[in-house]
Amino acid sequence: MSVERHHLAWALLALAAVAITAYGEAYLSGYGRTVLGFAGIYAILAVSLSFSNGLTGLFSLGHPAFMMVGGYIAAILTFPVSRKGFMLPDLPAWLATAELSLLPATLAGGLTAALVAVVVGFPVLRLRGHYLAVATLGLIIVLRVVVNNADGLTRGALGLNGIPRLTNLWWILLWLAITLLVCWRLKHSSVGRSLMAIRENEMAAACMGVARARSKLVAFALGAFFAGVAGALWAHLLTNLTPNSFDLALAFMLVVMVVIGGSGSLTGAIIAAVAIMLLREFLRPLEQTMNAYGLVQIIIAVLLIGTLLLRPQGFFGSAEPRWLRLGKTVREPEGSAAADPRHRRATAPADN
Amino acid sequence: MLTLEGLDVWRGPSQVLRGIDLQVRAGEIVALLGTNGAGKTSTLLTISGQLRPRAGRSTLEIDGRRHDLAKLDPAAIVGLGVAHCPEGRQVFGGMTVLENLRLGAYLRDAAGVPADLEAMFGLFPILAERRSGLAGQLSGGEQMMLAIARALMSRPRLLLLDEPSLGLAPQLVEQIFTTIEEIRANGTTVLLVEQNAALALELADRAYVLESGAVHLEGQASSLAADPRVREAYLGLGPTAVEAVL
Repeated sequence: MSVERHHLAWALLALAAVAITAYGEAYLSGYGRTVLGFAGIYAILAVSLSFSNGLTGLFSLGHPAFMMVGGYIAAILTFPVSRKGFMLPDLPAWLATAELSLLPATLAGGLTAALVAVVVGFPVLRLRGHYLAVATLGLIIVLRVVVNNADGLTRGALGLNGIPRLTNLWWILLWLAITLLVCWRLKHSSVGRSLMAIRENEMAAACMGVARARSKLVAFALGAFFAGVAGALWAHLLTNLTPNSFDLALAFMLVVMVVIGGSGSLTGAIIAAVAIMLLREFLRPLEQTMNAYGLVQIIIAVLLIGTLLLRPQGFFGSAEPRWLRLGKTVREPEGSAAADPRHRRATAPADN
Repeated sequence: MLTLEGLDVWRGPSQVLRGIDLQVRAGEIVALLGTNGAGKTSTLLTISGQLRPRAGRSTLEIDGRRHDLAKLDPAAIVGLGVAHCPEGRQVFGGMTVLENLRLGAYLRDAAGVPADLEAMFGLFPILAERRSGLAGQLSGGEQMMLAIARALMSRPRLLLLDEPSLGLAPQLVEQIFTTIEEIRANGTTVLLVEQNAALALELADRAYVLESGAVHLEGQASSLAADPRVREAYLGLGPTAVEAVL
């Protein structure tokens, strides 16, 4: 397929996204816009998690912690100065008198989350597999305890309410586009290849001259940045924040999206995130009429088990659909234009 | 080009190298022989910076400049022109052949990579056919060729090859060894670790025999091949073997 047609596919998708956003802003109810907004925010989260977890093979559950950091930082920055005085009495003067607009607050939230990731990453990224999962789980709990107890800065367990509703669908679309663009470009560059090499075989990656510690830290911090951004958008969409929103169930949900979409596949992450989010909303009335609360969780868990049994590499593996791939690839030989082998089911390596 | 002096290396609580002295001159093929656990792989890992010596020196001399390898991290050592092709092939199984080769050139700028890819496909035509296939689905021999080609993509001055014959059919081993000769002819110095002592001594200019982490014998490959101690212990050709059969 020619490069021009790939560009066309991208242009059509972008146009569709803009059309949906415009329609949502113009015609949907407040509830409808919130659902659509959350679908977009989950897509940002899933894409960034697929980049840092799926591509690099870091099994981090820390995304909710970074969202919490980003959300609280951004919310404190945009909070009306008139209400900060009595609601958040312990804020230092320079924060108590600051009232920023959404974009700088979102950036500050994302950057702070990335900073936390770098500080935590130095010791934690030496761990692998489930040790890293447990350590990042600990990070969620530690940060929740801190937020719960720093009453004067965060209002603790009461949560911050009355955050201005600054997030609209356009902001979410913009950040989703940025997240996708950055992760996509990095994935298909030598950086992405070096991250995949770390996932595939750390020792051989070192033999190629990949600086493992630094690469892992960059991937982890980049994922945390976008998680922080998503947290900031979330706070200004929902208009309230409590530390208990960022719990293990959320971490689980995000991991499920990445696993079902395919670890390392950005397209898969977006599709899975939007599908699961919409599924949850459509089933909510059913849960209520049948008085069967928890039905959605059961369905999602069954989907996860089914995926692991039937298609363990996820829907897209770690690849992207062929018709979306851009860039100068070396010409494929004739006759090999079939699907990328990563779409096929993983099989045991052949030997002779 | 490469000089190891009195290298002591520990892995955890056990000492794996005891005062290794070894020299590789530019343009040579040097073989490193020995039984399992003699310290061959540990020697290569120390040279490429993945194991740190407790004592001794590991010096690389390139273009008249001397570099202390014990002070550099693996990425810097690759940057100096030392490529390590690790034991057991270790290709990136979930990535395509092309991506594996590109990773070999990770530390280089992109210029010249397409030409080098073509050169690798010339050296190993089968890789050109399989270029968009997954490395994990190649046969053992193809994976070995890919591992060597991947190492060559960094345009190394010194290639560290760890057991290229491991688990391959004899015919394929011959083919790989012919390629090693070609690699040297193109100007790359080779340090070769090998269990197949007979073949290695045929190919190499000089050889070292390691035993329990120390250099046991060293010399010209041809004279080592004739040495009764080597013939007996590593080639299975010694007089005692013959007497045993009789």
